[in-house]
Amino acid sequence: MSAIDVHEAIGLVHREEWARIVASLTKRFGDLDVAEEAAAEAFAAAVERWPADGVPPNPGAWLTTSANRKAIDRLRREHKRDDKHREAQMVYGDGPSEPLGAIDDDRLRLIFTCCHPALAMETRVALTLRMVGGLSVPEIARAFLVQETTMGQRISRAKSKIKAARIPYRVPSAEDLPARVSGVLAVLFLVFNEGYLATGPGTDPVRPDLTAEAIRLARLLRALLPDDGEVAGLLALMLLTEARRTARVSAGGELVALDEQDRGAWDPALIAEGHRLVRERLAAAAAGAVPGRYQILAAINAVHTSARDIRDTDWSQVVALYDQLVRLDPSPIIVLNRAVAAAELDGPAVALAAVDGLEDTLSGYHAYHATRADLLRRLGRSDEARAAYDAAIGLAGNSAEIAYLTRRRDQLGS
Amino acid sequence: MRYLVSVIDDTSNSATPDEMTAIHAFNDGLKADGHWVFAGGLAAPGTATVVDNRGGEALITDGPFVETKEYMAGFWVMEAPDLDVALRLAAAGSKACNRRVEVRPFL
Repeated sequence: MSAIDVHEAIGLVHREEWARIVASLTKRFGDLDVAEEAAAEAFAAAVERWPADGVPPNPGAWLTTSANRKAIDRLRREHKRDDKHREAQMVYGDGPSEPLGAIDDDRLRLIFTCCHPALAMETRVALTLRMVGGLSVPEIARAFLVQETTMGQRISRAKSKIKAARIPYRVPSAEDLPARVSGVLAVLFLVFNEGYLATGPGTDPVRPDLTAEAIRLARLLRALLPDDGEVAGLLALMLLTEARRTARVSAGGELVALDEQDRGAWDPALIAEGHRLVRERLAAAAAGAVPGRYQILAAINAVHTSARDIRDTDWSQVVALYDQLVRLDPSPIIVLNRAVAAAELDGPAVALAAVDGLEDTLSGYHAYHATRADLLRRLGRSDEARAAYDAAIGLAGNSAEIAYLTRRRDQLGS
Repeated sequence: MRYLVSVIDDTSNSATPDEMTAIHAFNDGLKADGHWVFAGGLAAPGTATVVDNRGGEALITDGPFVETKEYMAGFWVMEAPDLDVALRLAAAGSKACNRRVEVRPFL
């Protein structure tokens, strides 16, 4: 095996085994910090030794043994006596009060601890990417455009709080589970959106490393909670969005709107996987399950990805799904998105009236102005469209979107 | 594991009779379930006196050590196995006293 192959093998093992190793070490030693450091040291040892010694037949077991040994070494170095250490251990239960299928995985405990509601959202994101995703602190810092030291402090403060306040290492009770799962999904969706709608003038418009990481974590969560409809919904939503990623930005770095995308460039494997999940949830809904917002959003994306072209899109189905979503979450952004779809059914004038009603709440949001600009353009009201494009450009943060809005504005007739 | 659950307030109004009834019922529950350690309401911050004896001669000043719009109006010290339990108790306590509360672990 060449050195390059060994490094690829280590990368693969890292993706597959990191969370499992950190999770089992956390359970054994009751300390996230010890678990993280020992896991990192074990991988560093693999990078050092495997090129010469060869990749062991069971790499996961090799790493687990090595990490365990390193954790014990560290605890000895710190002269922590066994009983004293046990006292400081995290609290963990053997599982939820009601069984979650047959799955009882330490990684699930790890995810719920990292996404605990007592931690700030940005902290949950950072901790989840580090502990579950295995991203390095510099990688996470780059992803969220903050200094490495700031990100390092954010993560170590979180670990201190988990320890001092005794945030448990446990799958929440059945009563708390839906709210806690929804908190985990919010973390994963934020990571995905940061990749999909990357902000900042110096960043690429799309960051496939982040979207891929979010999908990987969502797949893991899906494997751990196979019966949760919203987990399936979020994974489907991510897959159906990711499938269009390459078609969504032109070679020149400009956003390509849905009606202009080359549908042949969409990823058929991701679409098929997403559609399978949506069909599974539709069957569950037919049997009486009430779909949450991610399932409805996934269904909307399934309609789009089923259409041969924009005219072939079943817009009445899209609007009906948005109506369902508005009933669940009547937030102005959902109402705005419904209006975009309704424009295809009822025409731009009706949609514009609905959008104008959102001015009070959404006037600081670029998509509000971009939507108005497009509707005004279609109505031939060029001057107003130009002003709306200007407002949208001023507020937008994504470079591809700014390029698209600028071209559209400059193409307006007088 | 012990947690300090502070009651956050920004008015000097004491708890209403309805709130007091709810607080007593909540306290009874804490005692019955083994979470009770101690609790009490505090007089207004204006009644506080600061003492500084670091220099060997006790210096006495009128008023709270820091003037804030929001202050601690009372507190519970609760026994709970972990933060999830403490947060659940704090949620019930916040409802009973009809105020926001802050949960902080003891060392």
